[in-house]
Amino acid sequence: MITLDHVYQLAGITFALFALLGLYDRSNPKRFGNAAFWGLLAVSMILGDYLGDFGNGLLVLALVAIAGAGQIGRAPGGEIPVEVQVERAAKYGNFLLLVALIIPVVALVGTFLFKEVPGLADPKQATLISLALGVLIALAVGMARLKPPGLLPLQQGRRLLDSVGWAAILPQMLASLGAVFALAGVGDVVGGLIGTAIPQGSLFGAVLAFGLGMALFTMVMGNAFAAFPVMLAAVGMPLLIKQHGGDPAVVAAIGMLAGFCGTLMTPMAANFNLVPAALLELKNPYGVIKAQIGTAVPLLAVNILFIYFFAFKL
Amino acid sequence: MLVLIGILIIIAGFLLRFNPLLVIMASALATGLAAGLDVAAIVAAFGKAFNDTRYVSIIWIVLPVIGLLEAYGLQQHARSLIARMKGATLGRLLTGYLLLRQAMSAAGLTSVAGHAQTVRPLVAPMAEAAAEAQNRRLTDDQREEVKAYAAATDNVGLFFGEDIFLAIGSILLMKGVLEGYGYQIEPLNFSLWAIPTAIAAFLIHGLRLRRFDKRMRAGPGGDGQ
Repeated sequence: MITLDHVYQLAGITFALFALLGLYDRSNPKRFGNAAFWGLLAVSMILGDYLGDFGNGLLVLALVAIAGAGQIGRAPGGEIPVEVQVERAAKYGNFLLLVALIIPVVALVGTFLFKEVPGLADPKQATLISLALGVLIALAVGMARLKPPGLLPLQQGRRLLDSVGWAAILPQMLASLGAVFALAGVGDVVGGLIGTAIPQGSLFGAVLAFGLGMALFTMVMGNAFAAFPVMLAAVGMPLLIKQHGGDPAVVAAIGMLAGFCGTLMTPMAANFNLVPAALLELKNPYGVIKAQIGTAVPLLAVNILFIYFFAFKL
Repeated sequence: MLVLIGILIIIAGFLLRFNPLLVIMASALATGLAAGLDVAAIVAAFGKAFNDTRYVSIIWIVLPVIGLLEAYGLQQHARSLIARMKGATLGRLLTGYLLLRQAMSAAGLTSVAGHAQTVRPLVAPMAEAAAEAQNRRLTDDQREEVKAYAAATDNVGLFFGEDIFLAIGSILLMKGVLEGYGYQIEPLNFSLWAIPTAIAAFLIHGLRLRRFDKRMRAGPGGDGQ
C-alpha cells in the first residue's frame, strides 16, 4: 500500500538531487549554502522519523543558520531564451497543456479511486499521494515525447526552487512556531485580553469582537485553525452561544470564515501569500497580500453581519 | 502576558525585514523561555512540529515537471491560446478561474489547483496575455499586479470554497471543539452555513476583478472599453 511515507521519500530524493546538482553549479557563488540547505531538507524528508524530536530541532536550527547567514542564492541565467520557447510552443502546443493537466486530473481521479478501492493507498492521504503519482506520470509522458536532455527537468526545477529560496520552508516553519505558541499558552492570554475588551451586554459588540478577534488572531498566527479554539473559548462560547443563545453551527462556521479573511491579509500565512509572490518572481513580496486586502476587508464585514443575523435573528 | 513577546518579535521582525526564518526561531525561543521551558525542550518541540508538518513542503516535487514544460514553451502556449480567444478578457478569465476554484474546493478537490500546479504555469501567463491584449503599453508594475491578482484569485477561490466540503480539516476541527462543550453538530450544518459567505466572496472578488480589468484598460495603450 502506498502511504505518505513514500511521498516523503520521493520528495527527499528530489531535494537530494537538487542539492547535488546545485553543488556542481560553479556559476553560483552560494552553491555550498544551497547544497547544504536542500540536502538537509532531503534528510528531513527521508529520515525525519528516525532523528528524534531534538535531532529534528537541530536540523531546523542548521537550516535557519544557513538562511540567516545569507548563504542561499540563485545562479544568474539558466532560463531557456524566450524565442526558443515560442518556437517550441508552436511545435508542441497543446501537448504541453495536456501534460500540465495530467497532474490535476490524476490527483482528482486518484482521490476518488483510493477512497473507493481500499488497499491501494492510504485513503486518508489520497489526494497527496495522487498528486505525487500525477507528477511522476506527467514527467514520464513529457520525457517520452519531448526527449529533453536527461537532467533538464531537474535542472529547471532546481532553478525554480532556487528562485523561491528559503521561502520554500517558511510555511512549515510557521506551522511549527504555532505548535510552540500552543505549548506556551499564547492563545489563552490573547483570548483573555479580547474577552475583557467587550462592552458588557452588547450583542453586536460581542459579535464584532468575535469576528474581528478571529481575523486579527488569525493574522498573528497565520492560521485560522489556531485562532478558532481560542476565540470560541474566550468570546464565542460564553457570550454568543451561552449568554445570547446563538446557533452554535453558525457561530462556528462563519467565525472560521471570518478568520480566513485574516489569512488573506497576513505574511504569516506564507504558503498562500509569500510563496506565490516568490514563485511568480514579483518584486514586492507583499504584492499578493496587497491584491487581497480589498476583498478581505469587505468580506470580513459581511461575515460579521452574517453571524449577527443568521445566529440570532433568524 | 510575558508569552506575548513572541508575537511582538514576529511583528517587529517582519516590519524591519529581517530574514523571516531567523525571526520565527527567535520568536519561538523567546515565547518558550517566557513560558518557563528550557532551550532543549523548545528545540525539541519545534523539531517535532517541523517533522509532523513535512507534508506542507512536498508540493515542491511538481517543480521538475513545471520546469520541463516551461522550457518547452508552456507559458508561451498559454499566452497564445488567450490571445486567440476574442472574448477572453482579463476580468472574465480570472472570474472564471475563481468560480472553478471555488466549485472544485467545495467538492473537496483543494490540492488539484494551486500556486505551483496551476497559477504559475497557466493562470498567471494567461492573465498577462489577456491584459496585454487589452493594453499595448502595460507597464512592469501593472504586469506585477496582474500576476498578484492571479495568485489572489486562487486564494479567495480556495478559502471560500473548501469549507462547503464536508470532510475538510476546518469542519472536523469545529465539530471536535464544539463536541468538547457538549454540542453534537452534524458536519452538514457547518457546510451549509459556509454557502452564504462563498456567494459573498464570489460577488465581492468578482466585482473587484471587473474594476481591475477596467483599470488595466485605462491609459495611453489601453483599449479603454
